[in-house]
Amino acid sequence: MSPPPTRVAAATRPSCEGRGVDPARAANRSRAAPGSARAPDRGRPVIALLKRDLALAVRAGGGFGLGLAFFLIVVVLVPFGVGPQAEVLARIAPGILWVAALLSALLSLDRIFALDFEDGALPLLATSPLPLEAVALVKGLAHWITTGLPLTLAAPALGFLLNLDPAAYAFLLVSLAVGTPALSMIGTFGAALTVGLRRGGLLMSLLVLPLYIPTLIFGAEAVRRGADGASAATALVLQGGITLGTVALLPFATAAALRVNLR
Amino acid sequence: MSLHVENLGVARGGRPVLEAVSFDCAPGEALVLRGPNGVGKTTLLRTLAGLQPAMSGDITLPEDSSAYASHADGIKAQLSVTENLAFWAAVHGGALDEGVLADFDLAALRSRPAGTLSAGQKRRLGLARLGVIGRSVLFLDEPTVSLDGAAVKMFADWLRDRHLGQGGIAVIATHIDLGLEAPTLDLSPYVAAPDAGGGSDEAFL
Amino acid sequence: MSVWEYANPKKFIATTTPVLPWVMGGAAVTLTIGLVWGFFFTPDDYRQGSTVKIFYLHVPAAMMAINIWVMMLVTSLIWLIRRHHVSALAAKAAAPIGIVMTLIALFTGAVWGQPMWGTWWAWDPRLTSFLILFLFYLGYMALWTAIEDDDTAADLTSVLCLVGSVFALLSRYAVNFWNQGLHQGASLSLDAEENVADVFWYPALVCIAGFVLLSVGLVILRTQTEIRLRRARALQARMTG
Repeated sequence: MSPPPTRVAAATRPSCEGRGVDPARAANRSRAAPGSARAPDRGRPVIALLKRDLALAVRAGGGFGLGLAFFLIVVVLVPFGVGPQAEVLARIAPGILWVAALLSALLSLDRIFALDFEDGALPLLATSPLPLEAVALVKGLAHWITTGLPLTLAAPALGFLLNLDPAAYAFLLVSLAVGTPALSMIGTFGAALTVGLRRGGLLMSLLVLPLYIPTLIFGAEAVRRGADGASAATALVLQGGITLGTVALLPFATAAALRVNLR
Repeated sequence: MSLHVENLGVARGGRPVLEAVSFDCAPGEALVLRGPNGVGKTTLLRTLAGLQPAMSGDITLPEDSSAYASHADGIKAQLSVTENLAFWAAVHGGALDEGVLADFDLAALRSRPAGTLSAGQKRRLGLARLGVIGRSVLFLDEPTVSLDGAAVKMFADWLRDRHLGQGGIAVIATHIDLGLEAPTLDLSPYVAAPDAGGGSDEAFL
Repeated sequence: MSVWEYANPKKFIATTTPVLPWVMGGAAVTLTIGLVWGFFFTPDDYRQGSTVKIFYLHVPAAMMAINIWVMMLVTSLIWLIRRHHVSALAAKAAAPIGIVMTLIALFTGAVWGQPMWGTWWAWDPRLTSFLILFLFYLGYMALWTAIEDDDTAADLTSVLCLVGSVFALLSRYAVNFWNQGLHQGASLSLDAEENVADVFWYPALVCIAGFVLLSVGLVILRTQTEIRLRRARALQARMTG
């Protein structure tokens, strides 16, 4: 540790004294003064951020559409690869649908924070009253509404293409509804880790996909057991546990990663 | 409601850039930061705003009272002028104050998507954000970039009348004269010595 | 005297340098004894024949693959909490050793699996878990190399290591749920009746000790290298102003 340089004399300390508030000028302002007390409404900023992210996803285009189109294309490609035999397709349908949903969710992850990082909105959010943990949660929720939810709703239609067992449709819907929020939360974490990197997209896939393994296993297993007429309850409960765990805990890790990347 | 900075040292990329910076600002006061490029104005402002940790020293200001603004102002091209402002107002727990649109001459552009604005208009929109978030301590990094003379005056008027005049505080890094009666702090004497301690590499030297 | 003293880079290098040859020498001796004993002086298994002897490489490597990840988890936590640079660099230094241990475990597993199960690769839960661990190591190392700023990289990889550990554990149990597997039970659990006989057990212990010494020595060596690289960067940064 070097001693503080003496050339920084105390006399150079600037002081702004002598310019108080002009009462006359202050009096004829009816608007709220900066810093005047505002009701601490915690829900309002959260709703505002969610609404903005959804509006951006709709207006910027590609938010809903691209992920769904990708989902469709992956599912359509599979029969060309494995052959058109209905029984083969029915057997692999649960896994294919889950893997395709997972890849579609992955596709839009790098937009979660990158756009706000580039235009400077992220540091502004970080200095706002909204905690970064809440930002992480809302971003994950917005991602789920724009990708996870449409994927869940579209999956049964794609199940027809793969000759999915009729008994499995309900399980497909439920397991995707329960599991896709975990995909969004894990993806938000991956996006936060790589937000400052120039070509973070590929790296993010490498980081995020291994984290998707438990969700994929329980999700596809639930559908498979549903198709076989076995009990899928254990798989669904475990998957629900993973989703709740990621929603409860990952925003803290995401916020920590964002703070580091904003430094 | 005042800003008190004592013996502050800041680092960029783990290397000390400024040390022993001290100043005070009472309500209604502004401070203009000066110094050559790379001296650490942005780093100092980001540290003051809490975006990066201070290397040493103390910053005293009321909690949740500060805002940071640089030339990257988080304006979304797909949202209209009022939507952009209403969003930042809501994130700070308030509602859009229509008077701000007049202050920054944005009233005629209010429903235009921000993506269709000119560079100067966008900057005015970015600065108008400061008027809707209700923060009393502003840390402004070159706020007048790409503004013409009239717009600079518009911003200076807003800052003097609506912000400082209402008891707000502003610390501004700028190279042009805003016409504010504010003291200037030249940062050159505070540049950290080449062998200054406290950086993240210190343990390895 | 506090244990944190050794977190100072210079103190770490000064302390570990004289120890290092002994650790490496010990590793060479124990590995030679253990492997020669295991390969040539133990009887063939009545069921598995001589193929069982690959176990002297397979089991210690698998143990070290996991132990090194646990070590990275601990050092990452120390970095996040106490900001000791050596701790972060030790985690960075350990990852390549961990991934090599994982690869050895996977490769010897395949070589062992071929005569036993009739296939080089089976999606057996234990093998699959190691494949997943391999992916986690890969992601961790990729994140280190992708970030330029040393402290930022240390912070982000530490957070990834924490989150990754939870998910690695989850994957371990998820994989069990997904496939019951062909793999024999734990080879060296202390209570199990299926435990290997003493003739196999003693050389195995020597091999494990050898792998532990080898890993510790390599981690120390690589940590020293990382410290010196960081020092070189710091000096260069100071000289270029």
